[in-house]
Amino acid sequence: MTAKSLELLQQRFGAELVEVDDYLGDASVTVRKSAVHEVLAFCKDEPTLRCDLLLDIAGVDHPEREERFEVVYLLRSLQTGTRLRLKTTVADGDAVSTVSDLWRSANWAEREVYDLYGVRFEGHPDPRRILCHHEFEGHALRKDYPIGKGQMCYVPEALLTDQQVEGSHALDVESRSGQLQNVDGEIASDLLAINLGPSHPAMHGALRVEALLDGETIVDARSEIGYLHRCFEKEAEDHTWQQIIPYTDRLNYVSALTNNVAYVHAVEKMLQLEVPERARVIRVIVSEMGRIMDHLVCVGTNLVDIGALTNFWYFFNAREYMYEVVERLCGERLTTSYTRIGGLYRDLYEGFESDLRFALTKVAEGVKDVTGLVQRNRIFMDRAIGVGAMSAEDAIDWGWTGPCLRSTGVDYDVRKAFPYLGYETYDFDIPVGENGDCYDRILCRIEEIHQSMRIIDQALKRLPDGPIQSPDRRVALPPKDEVYNSIEGMMNHFKLVFEGIQVPAGEAYGFIEGANGELGFYIVSDGSGNPYRMKVRPPCFPIFSSFTELVKGQMVADAIATLGGLNIIAGELDR
Amino acid sequence: MGVALEHPSNYITTKLRQAVNWGRKYSLWPMPYGTACCAIEFMGTVGAFTDISRFGAEAVRFSPRQSDLLLVAGTISYKQAPILKRIYAQMAEPKWVVAMGVCASSGGFYDNYGTVQGIDTLIPTDLYVAGCPPTPENLLSALVQLQERVDREGLEVLKERHRDSQIA
Ligand code: SF4
Repeated sequence: MTAKSLELLQQRFGAELVEVDDYLGDASVTVRKSAVHEVLAFCKDEPTLRCDLLLDIAGVDHPEREERFEVVYLLRSLQTGTRLRLKTTVADGDAVSTVSDLWRSANWAEREVYDLYGVRFEGHPDPRRILCHHEFEGHALRKDYPIGKGQMCYVPEALLTDQQVEGSHALDVESRSGQLQNVDGEIASDLLAINLGPSHPAMHGALRVEALLDGETIVDARSEIGYLHRCFEKEAEDHTWQQIIPYTDRLNYVSALTNNVAYVHAVEKMLQLEVPERARVIRVIVSEMGRIMDHLVCVGTNLVDIGALTNFWYFFNAREYMYEVVERLCGERLTTSYTRIGGLYRDLYEGFESDLRFALTKVAEGVKDVTGLVQRNRIFMDRAIGVGAMSAEDAIDWGWTGPCLRSTGVDYDVRKAFPYLGYETYDFDIPVGENGDCYDRILCRIEEIHQSMRIIDQALKRLPDGPIQSPDRRVALPPKDEVYNSIEGMMNHFKLVFEGIQVPAGEAYGFIEGANGELGFYIVSDGSGNPYRMKVRPPCFPIFSSFTELVKGQMVADAIATLGGLNIIAGELDR
Repeated sequence: MGVALEHPSNYITTKLRQAVNWGRKYSLWPMPYGTACCAIEFMGTVGAFTDISRFGAEAVRFSPRQSDLLLVAGTISYKQAPILKRIYAQMAEPKWVVAMGVCASSGGFYDNYGTVQGIDTLIPTDLYVAGCPPTPENLLSALVQLQERVDREGLEVLKERHRDSQIA
């Protein structure tokens, strides 16, 4: 597939392509800046490529080059399975033409590149900062921006300006002849701007939405993120490869185990490193545990938002049992840091299997109770069916992945589409919904808990004996007698401890199915002990970008119900 | 409470300060300013296993006007700084602030351009809870410590303390 798509692009755009590459099986094309839009449009529409999903856009800074910034587009096709990376270079102060007219997911992704690198996108509908605050000066991910230089923010940003309120009001008056009329009966009321978050109980972390209401109906909305921007990507450039693992816990802190697996998976891809079978099976087990815990929290809190508090206790009790296992395994409940490059932090403890099986029976009980309470519950169905619905095409256009995408009826799951860790050998189903509404999202997640339990069961049964760490000397410390008795062993030990793991120069995109969708790491290495650039592709970033569209025309209460079902985790949203 | 029972069933006598503090310490209403991972552990603390209501602090209020314990659980970024300050200012006296987790206490291992290096650079803080995240037990122990402190505080002292810390 890779070779074919590269060939096709070469035939069509020969002169515009600067470089073509398929290092580690990632097809990568560098094109001239002027042709970016054309080539991307081609990739999207050409029937043999059909890159319908724009996963992410990343910036890379090379201050020594004349055209110092690289803009990297990660493309994917759900129909043909094409994976493509498109790059272009741009000088400081120059602009690239926007692709937000091709994919709606490009909107926020481009804003992020602008915010962190200062690359402008011509024709972008909303060229504002996104992660850093509005009083921030400079661009944080440029290599010459010092990591420790904080800038205080004094005034929170107003999202809806007075003009926008006025504008929407005019719009509203106009449309009163249309469907909006029966919202408030005959009485035309003033529009009311309300602010939700970033400290709001239903906002699930530090998110902020400002909505313009006509009665209870949302006429217009703006959202703002970045309140939990903890500079993961800058920190990654400042740490050794192994030291980054604790930071990955805190991306999606609800399923930290899955994040740990995702990160080392990407780094091992760059090292072309095989991990022992036992470690692979354990990684499957812990990723599925992460998924289960994530879904428990998501569904539990989503139901609380709708007013069904009991379910929260049922799920959190089940989760507590899971946490006990996790704590015994890793020493921490939430921030696990369980994987290591080339293997795992430590082996399973004795009695792990029976503990886990016991915890899973508790999860199954909790799920049964909750399903019994809500699935055919009239109140719940009225609150959830048809609320926050998204069509499959729109969802893909917005860059959705994971359970949210599957609830719209698309059966895309990385575990099946691009199997890793041997997922192709496990027997499990991909639950899909039909309407992509709040109800389907909750039921999809509940069903995924069952499927994850099936996978864990199979993994526990097949768990082989053996080492849990690859013996490869690039990543593993040599045995002690070698360190004491041979100069090579000692040097090896010294280098690994003092300089850390050296990842060969190059770039790659490693991805897995996170609890909330495709979780990927786009990594650029210059061969030193630190990553040169590390871009996370968090599943909820594109999902949340569609939120305001999703809630327009809905009631406030429905917006809250919708938000909970999307499972936005601020840690990975803002990084 | 220094209680003297003179007429066994009708009334008790005590000092005003003690009576007030006794009431305050067992009815701390927390407002969780939860931003990150620590907030998830706060949810765990509220949950049935560790059950914060045993300590009288289960009346979680999301309005600063209704609460007297600001529980900052999670990383505070510069983007949030003005909001945190405003929420603190909106709380009525008497009020206490607990920094839950190393991020809120000192920035934790996020020593970078986006993260406030401890909420005490923004608002007066009474108690720091170690851990990343603190376990629910750890948070409960902090709560008990805070209760002890509330019990010791004089009414006047309290007023003084917060007059000093008026923030813009
Ligand atoms: S202290 Fe640790 S667990 Fe708490 S918010 Fe900070 S990183 Fe997360």
